[in-house]
Amino acid sequence: MAAIETRDLEKSYKTGFFRNKTKPGLKPLTLSVEEGEIFGYLGPNGAGKTTTIKLLLGLAFPSAGSASVLGHDVRDISIKRQIGFLPEQPYFYDHLTPLELLDYYARLSGVASDVRRRAVERALSRVGMSEHGRTQLRKFSKGMVQRVGIAQAIVHDPKLIILDEPMSGLDPIGRRQVRDLVQELNDEGKTIFFSTHILSDAETLCDRVAVLNRGELRGIGVVADLVCQVSGDVELVWSGPQAIPDLSAMGARCHATGEVVRAILPERQLDQALEALRSNRARLTSVTPVRATLEDYFLSQIGQAPDQQSAGKEVRA
Amino acid sequence: MMGRLWAIAWNTFREAVRDRVLYNLILFALLMVMASVLFGQISLAINRIVLINLGLTSISLFGIVIAIFIGIGLVSKEIDKRTLYTVLAARPVHRWEFIVGKFLGLVLTLTVNALLMSLGFFAAVFYVSGKLGAADLPLLAAIYFILLEFVLITALALFFSTFSTPVFSSIFAFALFAVGTFADDMRGFAQMASGATRWAMMGAAYLVPNFSALNVIGRVAHDNAIAPRLILFNTLYVVVYAGAVLTASVWIFRQRNLK
Repeated sequence: MAAIETRDLEKSYKTGFFRNKTKPGLKPLTLSVEEGEIFGYLGPNGAGKTTTIKLLLGLAFPSAGSASVLGHDVRDISIKRQIGFLPEQPYFYDHLTPLELLDYYARLSGVASDVRRRAVERALSRVGMSEHGRTQLRKFSKGMVQRVGIAQAIVHDPKLIILDEPMSGLDPIGRRQVRDLVQELNDEGKTIFFSTHILSDAETLCDRVAVLNRGELRGIGVVADLVCQVSGDVELVWSGPQAIPDLSAMGARCHATGEVVRAILPERQLDQALEALRSNRARLTSVTPVRATLEDYFLSQIGQAPDQQSAGKEVRA
Repeated sequence: MMGRLWAIAWNTFREAVRDRVLYNLILFALLMVMASVLFGQISLAINRIVLINLGLTSISLFGIVIAIFIGIGLVSKEIDKRTLYTVLAARPVHRWEFIVGKFLGLVLTLTVNALLMSLGFFAAVFYVSGKLGAADLPLLAAIYFILLEFVLITALALFFSTFSTPVFSSIFAFALFAVGTFADDMRGFAQMASGATRWAMMGAAYLVPNFSALNVIGRVAHDNAIAPRLILFNTLYVVVYAGAVLTASVWIFRQRNLK
């Protein structure tokens, strides 16, 4: 059984003073997330990630199509006992302490009173917030609120956990702890669906990812398979002349540090590039294949070439 | 279901009682009650009448202010701050349970506030009259009607909160309260009119919440009894009216896409 399944799920918004214009939020989306996997939902800001999550959780209603969670239609609220959710940039009732907040959520989720206290303490302990259990949330930093947010998402021991940008607002240590926790929850058999634009987290954690851009699904699959789809590049390092016109014509991206020049260009042009270096009497130091990353795949899918993103001193050969 | 309703109501109550603004308003209302003792002392022979008029009016007005002040944010604030996401998205909570739970929570808050203010009021009455007895029972009826006012205004503030901003919600709620205070007068004017104007005015008079029927402060100040029939009718009226407003709130809220 799929943990999440959507068929042509679509959302458009009415805009304009007379609500006579339509703005697409999510174009027909068909995807399936299997039980027990960690699924990354990637996309730049405004891609439609949060819209998808809202449709899955019944916070917004689809314009067309259908969605099911753990085999139940999303309109069936009884299934929500099995779902944990952390919203993006969460804000909770700040007059409450974490113990009170989690107790409130556990009550709403129907956790029996005899096990509720233990469930609350365990959830807080898992996010490293046990010692702050009796402090009002209004005194917490953004990172601490984020941790409490994760605790409330797991307090009722759900089967499916949906995290919207869970690493946002966390320092590197916090991010590492959340990554470990996500892995730990997955090891316990829980399905994790998380949206992020921090690609390194997705690459480390996810079994599969989907890339969304402008409300449209651009790719879905196992990270390694997707990365292979990106054409390979090679890095050439040489010392000698910095400006080689033939390499420039091939579209090589060159970076000079003193006498040493590094150039990255498509692998298919390697022979021509070597020939150009020989004819310009450059002393070749190394030829290394550049491994494509999820970032390369992501950028290729959202229509931005990696070189548009790179920073630093760059010279055209 | 009852467990979820109670949890939401209790959380609403807890949020209200941890807000310092609420205490300032209660304190101010109690000061007004105490001040009415002083006003009474400079009003020869009618000190009890002045005390009851000013005291009960203070309880009523400050309660209305608190009801609107908190009620207008009950839903819109939760949407703005996105606190309701974690309630509605991943808990088996129906949207109507959220609305009704919020409503009950605020009514509970106002009831506790009214009881506290009433204690201060009865202390003042005891101070002026030197005793409390059966003759003071109509005062309890007046306080009960004030509670009914709170139920109505809470339902209205919550209703506006489901689709409007806090500023507009407060304007709408205060305006309806003001118009509803003259509902009986509107009916009187409608009787004097004729043709389409009469029907339009009559329709408007019956549509606005009839707060004037709930105001018996003047009567109890002059030691007039309150007929049990009026207590029954007013109770039924408020239950039906607030029920209809809550139903409309739930209907609107169920259609909303939460952004």
